[in-house]
Parts: sequence; C-alpha cells; structure tokens
Amino acid sequence: MTLFLFNFLLAIAWMAFNADFSLTGFVAGFALGHLVLWLARPLYPGQRYFHVLWGSFGYILWLVKEIWVSSWKVARSVLGFGPAVRPAVVAVPLDVRTDMEITLLASSVTLTPGTLSLDVSPDRRTLYVHTMFGEDAATVRDDIKLAMERRILELLR
Amino acid sequence: MNMAEHLHQALVGLLAVGGAFFCLVAALGVVRLPDALTRMHASSKAGALGCGMVLVAVALFFPGIDVLARAIAAILFLLLSTPVAAHMIGRAIYASEPPDSVIAPYDELRGSADDPAVRMRQAHAKGAEKHAAQPPSAKIRTGDVT
Repeated sequence: MTLFLFNFLLAIAWMAFNADFSLTGFVAGFALGHLVLWLARPLYPGQRYFHVLWGSFGYILWLVKEIWVSSWKVARSVLGFGPAVRPAVVAVPLDVRTDMEITLLASSVTLTPGTLSLDVSPDRRTLYVHTMFGEDAATVRDDIKLAMERRILELLR
Repeated sequence: MNMAEHLHQALVGLLAVGGAFFCLVAALGVVRLPDALTRMHASSKAGALGCGMVLVAVALFFPGIDVLARAIAAILFLLLSTPVAAHMIGRAIYASEPPDSVIAPYDELRGSADDPAVRMRQAHAKGAEKHAAQPPSAKIRTGDVT
C-alpha cells in the first residue's frame, strides 16, 4: 500500500515537473515511477505490491478471455446450435475465507456467462452456483475451484 | 486512406457489430430460454459483454482522453454492478419459488439447510413467534424481528 502511494506521488511529481496535468501525463508518470520503484525493489523486502498489481492485471485479462469464451457458448446455445441447456445448482466448497476473496470469487463466477452465484451458505464454507450446462457436477466444481479460485488465492495470498 | 486507418475502421466496425450481436442474443435468450434463472444468464452477462464491446468501439472511434476515460469508467462500473444485481435477483428468484418446485433437474441447494427459501420461512416463523409473545403495548418496537 505504501509503495502504491509512492508510485502515485511519483506520478504527481512527474505531472508537476512537466506542467502536464492530463491523463497521458499521469499514465506516463505512473509507468516511469513504477519502473523506478521496481528497480529499487530490494529496498522493500516482503512487499507484495508488484505481485498484486501485475497479478490483478493478469487476472482481469484472464477473466475477459473467460467471459468471451463462455459468452460465445451461451450465445450458440440461445441460437439453438450449441450444447443443450441443463440447469443445475452445484455446491462448491470454498477454500477462500475473507470477505474480499469470497466477493471476488462470487462476482467472477457471476460475470462468466453460464454460471451464476446464487448464495453463500451462512457459515461461508459453500458457494451455491447455478449453471446452464450442468451435465456433470464434478466438472463444474473443478472449473470453479481449479481455474478461478486457485488464481484468486495466488493473487491475494 | 492508408492501411492503418483501414484497420482501425475495420476494428471499430467489428467491435460495434459484435457488441450489437451479443445484445441481440441477450434479448433472444430472454425469449427462448426455459426459466427465470436461465434467462438471467442471457440477459445480464451477454448484455454486459455487448455493452462493453460497444463502449470499446466508441472509445476507439473518438480519439481523445475524455471519451477514453468515460468509456473505461463505464465499463468498470458495468463490471462492478452487474454481478451484484444478478446475484440479488437470482437469489430472490430462488427464494420466492415454492419450496417443492424443481428449478433445476440437479440441485444441491433445494431442501438443504442453506436453502434461502427454508431460511426465510424460519426467520418468518421466528418473527411471528416474537410478535405473538409480546404484549400489544410493545408492538411498536418489533421492527427488529430478524
């Protein structure tokens, strides 16, 4: 968090030196500041800033790809030449624990077409997912646990 | 017109038409899919992707920081608000179905202790009990039954 603040301040400083208070100026300053902080990273042992920043970037790209792939699947199914619609509600046991992790996982599941998070059990150990293509509950569980949850845990822990 | 401009225009056109296509599919899905929860899949998500693609096309077509910033903000808020709304609507649909109705052929939630319909009925029963147990003069404070 401190490193993010440093990076932000470096971007502001860059904008001030160039008298260029535009979005381009900010992006350029942020990128340059990020490079400087990255070169100086041995000074901050145990920081997670670079891991989290680049990890979230990668995660968003991966999620966009997932949304695209499964939107296509749902679209084909709606138009009548895709896989048959077999609604199912599957209980997914959760390894994520904190509010942040559960929210991120549930939202990602909902954003991916074909799956919709219905409910989190009161003890927060199970996520109930409604899926459009529920031929096999184990496959649905694996898709969410091995692909999505693993990525979220790698990103946030 | 040079090559880059042709490519730029083709990309913008593809994105706009693709976005419109996904919006159309979302509308068709609402008509064609069998039940309320399945329709949610089509309406909320395909719609979000369609709108996102149209917004990206707009951002590419009008060069300028102001348009770009607004397009990014719009996509961001779309991605933030869609899942929350879908989650709440889906949960409401599920909880308001009669408890013996079959929403999905394979269902691990219906009838279990976590079933929102069951939990809602329990909360209701508890509230009614509390309500009945209190003397009439105390009824004004029963807003906090849950």
